[in-house]
Amino acid sequence: MSQSFRIPGKGRLSPSRGLRFFFDGKAFDALEGDTVASALLANGVHLAGRSYKYHRPRGILTAGSEEPNALIGVSNTAATHVPNVRATVQEVHDGLVTRSQNRWPSLAFDLGAVNSLGAPFFSAGFYYKTFMWPKAAWKALYEPVIRQAAGLGVSPKEPDPDHYASRYEHCDVLVVGGGAVGLAAALAAANAGASVILCDEQAQCGGAMRHESGARISGRSGWDWAQDAVAQLKAMDNVRVLTRTTAFGYHTQNFVALAERVTDHLADGKDLPRERLWQVRAKRVILATGAIERQLVFGGNDLPGVMFANAARTYLNHYGVAAGRKVAVFTACDSAYGAAFDLARAGSAVAVIVDWRHDVPEDLSRQAQELGIKILAGHRVVQAKGRLRIASISVAHRDGGQERSFPVDSLIISGGWTPSVHLYSQSRGKVAWDADTQRFLPGDPVQDCVTVGACDGTDDLARGVAQGIEAGKAAATAAGHAGGDQPDVAVEACESYAGGLAGDAGQIKGKAFVDYQNDVTAKDIRQAVREGMHSIEHVKRFTTNGMASDQGKLSNMHGLAIAADSLGWPIPDVGLTTFRQPYTPVTFGTIVNHGRGDLFDVTRRTTIDGWAQDNGAVFEDVGNWKRARFFPQGGEDMHAAVNRECRTVREAAGLFDASTLGKIEVVGPDAGAFMDLMYTNPMSKLGVGKLRYGIMCREDGFVYDDGVVGRVAEDRFHVTTTTGGAPRVLHHMEDYLQTEFPHLKVWLTSVTEQWAVVAVQGPKAREIVAPFVSGVDLSTEAFPHMSMAECEVCGVPARLFRVSFTGETGFEINVPAAYGRSVWEILQARGAEFGACTYGTETMHVLRAEKGYIIVGQDTDGTVTPFDAGYGWAVAKKKKDFVGIRGLKRPDLVADGRKQLVGLTTSDPAMVLEEGAQIVADPNQPVPMTMIGHVTSSYWSENCGRSIALALVAGGRDRMGQTLHVPMPDRTIAVTVTEPVFFDPKGERLHG
Amino acid sequence: MRKYSAFAIAREALRSHKGWEKQWDSPEPRAAYDVVIVGAGGHGLATAYYLAKEHGVTNIAVLDKGWLGGGNTGRNTTIIRSNYLYDESAALYDHAVKLWDGLSQDLNYNVMYSARGVMMLAHNVHDEQVFKRHIHANRLNGVDNEWLSPAEAKAYCPPLNIASSARYPVVGAALQRRGGTARHDAVAWGYARAAAARGVHIIQNCAVTGIRRSADGAVEGVETTRGFIGAKKVGVVAAGNTTPIMEMAGLRMPLESFPLQALVSEPVKPVFPCVVMSNTVHAYISQSDKGELVIGAGTDQYTSYSQTGGLHILSHTLEAICEMFPIFSRMKMMRSWGGIVDVTPDRSPILAKTPVRGLYVNCGWGTGGFKATPGSGHVFAHTIARDEPHKINAAYTLERFRTGRLIDEAAAAAVAH
Repeated sequence: MSQSFRIPGKGRLSPSRGLRFFFDGKAFDALEGDTVASALLANGVHLAGRSYKYHRPRGILTAGSEEPNALIGVSNTAATHVPNVRATVQEVHDGLVTRSQNRWPSLAFDLGAVNSLGAPFFSAGFYYKTFMWPKAAWKALYEPVIRQAAGLGVSPKEPDPDHYASRYEHCDVLVVGGGAVGLAAALAAANAGASVILCDEQAQCGGAMRHESGARISGRSGWDWAQDAVAQLKAMDNVRVLTRTTAFGYHTQNFVALAERVTDHLADGKDLPRERLWQVRAKRVILATGAIERQLVFGGNDLPGVMFANAARTYLNHYGVAAGRKVAVFTACDSAYGAAFDLARAGSAVAVIVDWRHDVPEDLSRQAQELGIKILAGHRVVQAKGRLRIASISVAHRDGGQERSFPVDSLIISGGWTPSVHLYSQSRGKVAWDADTQRFLPGDPVQDCVTVGACDGTDDLARGVAQGIEAGKAAATAAGHAGGDQPDVAVEACESYAGGLAGDAGQIKGKAFVDYQNDVTAKDIRQAVREGMHSIEHVKRFTTNGMASDQGKLSNMHGLAIAADSLGWPIPDVGLTTFRQPYTPVTFGTIVNHGRGDLFDVTRRTTIDGWAQDNGAVFEDVGNWKRARFFPQGGEDMHAAVNRECRTVREAAGLFDASTLGKIEVVGPDAGAFMDLMYTNPMSKLGVGKLRYGIMCREDGFVYDDGVVGRVAEDRFHVTTTTGGAPRVLHHMEDYLQTEFPHLKVWLTSVTEQWAVVAVQGPKAREIVAPFVSGVDLSTEAFPHMSMAECEVCGVPARLFRVSFTGETGFEINVPAAYGRSVWEILQARGAEFGACTYGTETMHVLRAEKGYIIVGQDTDGTVTPFDAGYGWAVAKKKKDFVGIRGLKRPDLVADGRKQLVGLTTSDPAMVLEEGAQIVADPNQPVPMTMIGHVTSSYWSENCGRSIALALVAGGRDRMGQTLHVPMPDRTIAVTVTEPVFFDPKGERLHG
Repeated sequence: MRKYSAFAIAREALRSHKGWEKQWDSPEPRAAYDVVIVGAGGHGLATAYYLAKEHGVTNIAVLDKGWLGGGNTGRNTTIIRSNYLYDESAALYDHAVKLWDGLSQDLNYNVMYSARGVMMLAHNVHDEQVFKRHIHANRLNGVDNEWLSPAEAKAYCPPLNIASSARYPVVGAALQRRGGTARHDAVAWGYARAAAARGVHIIQNCAVTGIRRSADGAVEGVETTRGFIGAKKVGVVAAGNTTPIMEMAGLRMPLESFPLQALVSEPVKPVFPCVVMSNTVHAYISQSDKGELVIGAGTDQYTSYSQTGGLHILSHTLEAICEMFPIFSRMKMMRSWGGIVDVTPDRSPILAKTPVRGLYVNCGWGTGGFKATPGSGHVFAHTIARDEPHKINAAYTLERFRTGRLIDEAAAAAVAH
């Protein structure tokens, strides 16, 4: 299609650089540098979308990220689809595919528009008042229909093929906003030698210079000066200029998050990341975020062809596109006049300038007169009319009277400018109401930040630039950089931004939109107030004003003003909704950046893990470790493999990679005293070269973790923890050491990954291990169960533990992690000669359950004391203090009837109970049943030739031999309460 | 109170909606009330409503330092479920679920309770053990909860990634079909309107600055920014701010307050049919009726009264979301916010009388208070009216932290709540 609204000689795009893109399946020509919006307008297309509720035709209102209407879907492939993209932000590239949203079957003919007929019923919050009868219809009918109607675009349907990047950066000065004021600030700071980051959400810096034609700086047009300034900044080593980069979140301690769009404007992004998250910590932040123009509230203010003044000028002066051939202007602000003048000079007919204000500045009326443009001061547009595009406006005096009609194809509007205080407000700064100019302005900064230019309420460019320079220099000085050249910024001419109107422009005819995207009208706001919504937060939530994807950038001030007017209160008394991050919507992928797939969470593998992978192990996730669960042979399933492994360990021996167990080195002159406090056991009494099973409680007396503790030296303990518990145990210890026991001289070091641990368990364990151990007599007499020694194993330094989690003779050999696999392979080969196997966590679980050894977190759950678990022997009787000692004395923790760990056997030995199954005394009671416990561990025990289970049962120790019941969905299983030890109850094999 | 209905809307449509009456008034406070509730959130307003409706106590004021429903009621991710492990929790939360079902009709306000199902993902053997324990206990308590295979979970929630190549593959899920969501603001407004209609005074922008006690220690009323307001009984339902309020009566609460964050995406057409929670990868997600993906994060690590939080918390949450639902990576975060949650040592609430005569407290809901709103208000009203707990909240005492009779759901899950 030809670009019939592109004005030759206007704009800054090169006519020789043509592109082609698609909108709703139709090909359109565009120029390099166009946005989808400017390209559509160049082709005379204003209709870009349908509204949320009423499916009203909507056009292109703005030329920036605040656009509420022209939201499109962008998708070159199903996987790269993005919904709700602002056509005013998305740059065109060759072959770009875009679609309109929320319409069926087509944008021009949308059946959803029948909703408009029901508009009288769809008043604010109508859904809270109906859809309640019959009750079942909510789920079956009403809600699905409402849901289908809501939402704008459609979610992507396939995983995102793109990748995203992340950078951390520090700087002396972060300047947000690359308009003239921000550029001046950046130049001043950079010239002084400060490190500067300047970011701007647009493809090019320049801010308001993009649309203004009247500004002249240092002998050039404002735009040309801005581009020179950017070039100057880019040439400096201490400056980073980031365009297409939105500062979206201002956090504590001057931490600002920026989102950079890297490839969305490129036809071929190659292997660049799609977007990049910048996490910037700045010594000082200069907010030069400008102001956002807002609409006027009158009937039909949403028709395609209605456009903001700054947008119409941007399209003309930057993109060379006329918004219409016959335009009118409706304004309450000086700055819209420039749009009329520029359009008139470019050849559009300007039917009339309707100014809400009674007094028009003289120079503006003179210029209008020169161009032959009529001004109707003290008038208003009563209603804009048209179907898919504005066709006419009716104009009347503000006080009423005769309406006059003007045929137009475009209406340029301006309700004035709202300072962009979002980031300032996110920094926790409070805004203050400025009664003179009827707007909220930044108050005192809370963090080290300064607001300059239009966002600070400075409308005059010369003054704004001066502010910027001063702020830039001050920021540099504060960072220790004085001096430098004064930047060359002489503002010789600028335009006026005076005026503005918040609230509705007189008696409304038709629908006057306050929040375009959410279809909130002035009437809705007034209704909300009538219904008692007097806080602006209530008004917002009841009407959804300001809750659309532009987050109230256009609607907040109008909503507030109308609510205040309805209440008869001053605006500040109604309150202001909180500005939340993000400033504009930010892609999930950008925030996630590298944290996906394998990098979602660290995958921890032991140094022996490669051997397990090579030998067909099946793995399970435990914490962030991958652990070998079992080693199937010859097509075995888990059951068969585990049975074989269990049998082999008890008949010969087995090797187990225990490297994942947490390990903490507790060192210092007070190490013994500290260990006494952290564990229930009397650890200070542990002899050097000895091991002890320890239990750690929380303050409340419940079991927190367990593990074997070795005393390496008088001042040195080697502490082991559960695999999943290692980080929290270290944290728990550090917490107490730093807050409760800071007087103790103790240092804690995580050494989990410093040691690889090979467990060799079984009757042949000693024979397997002995030849490789230097300097330790491994006989039971010389090195009994629960001994440890520092020695060499396979020629590498080792900490050798005689310890068992299987009930067999066992050794755990700690060697420096790098030697793990070679030591493992040597022992594995040696073990094979004795018929030993390798086994995984599943066999480990079965073997320990046969012995009644608990797994913290499985057989205990944070409500179990050491006594409940049958480990009362591990609680020192004579210690005066340890973490949990008071908790353990609380009445309920010593009461009768607590749940205690017991064994369970089923009458059918083949029946394996389900872990988590509940236990009752009376299986015939009605629901809700009184449950007296649950099955914590349950396995088939090949060694016992039957199923075994551990359970927590109320008063369990007193129920030995009792029959209890496990009700399952399809039947009830009778069980007998037993001791929790099923194999070698006397523990003789440990000492073999 | 004039009834809401489709007919009423039609009537108002004919007169430009000018005839709607105020949903609640903003009265001047009386000198004294029978009961003063501190905190006009969902729980406080529900308490007032049930006091009026079921106990005939209508001389009530509900005070709030800000606007009603402006705390955690208006900030949470609106998840409703009752598949808790312990009898005490199952009873309390299921009491609430029973009230949710029918609440719109009871209040004559559509709170949009949507029983779309809450699915909790299991990612490892331990999760499976824990969830199955819940499922067995729930069944015997008469609470619905069922185990789904990964394929069944995906059928219930098509965007779910069940690939075994995921960093933490889904090994199954526990589904409570009666679980779901409701429209949070409507809950506050519905209770406010229904309570106001029964004569309850809702007094907004009225901060409590002190609790006055008589010589014998009993409560006499509250000092406020709008003067002294007498009260025979005071119920404190102040969520994150409970600690400072209770200190005014000389009571030190076993509570810590943490920031908790949430976010929503831009709205899209229906794509996510239920609620999915994963404790293991730390994320909660549903889609609102408006089309936004509503995503909850975990609490900050450090205590604070600031209703904001760090970007790293949101990053971690979105990482989990994109890991479980890779199709959402190109969706955009539209708004994020924070609330303050009050957490007890066992992460279960306190709904009880206090050592101060005439002073009652309802707090400690941590990250999960919204789902309990109707049940909590209902039994707390009973507790205030009768000066003794309902049997459902009898266990939720302050004393339990001294006796050790805890209701520790988080410990039972052996993971962060």
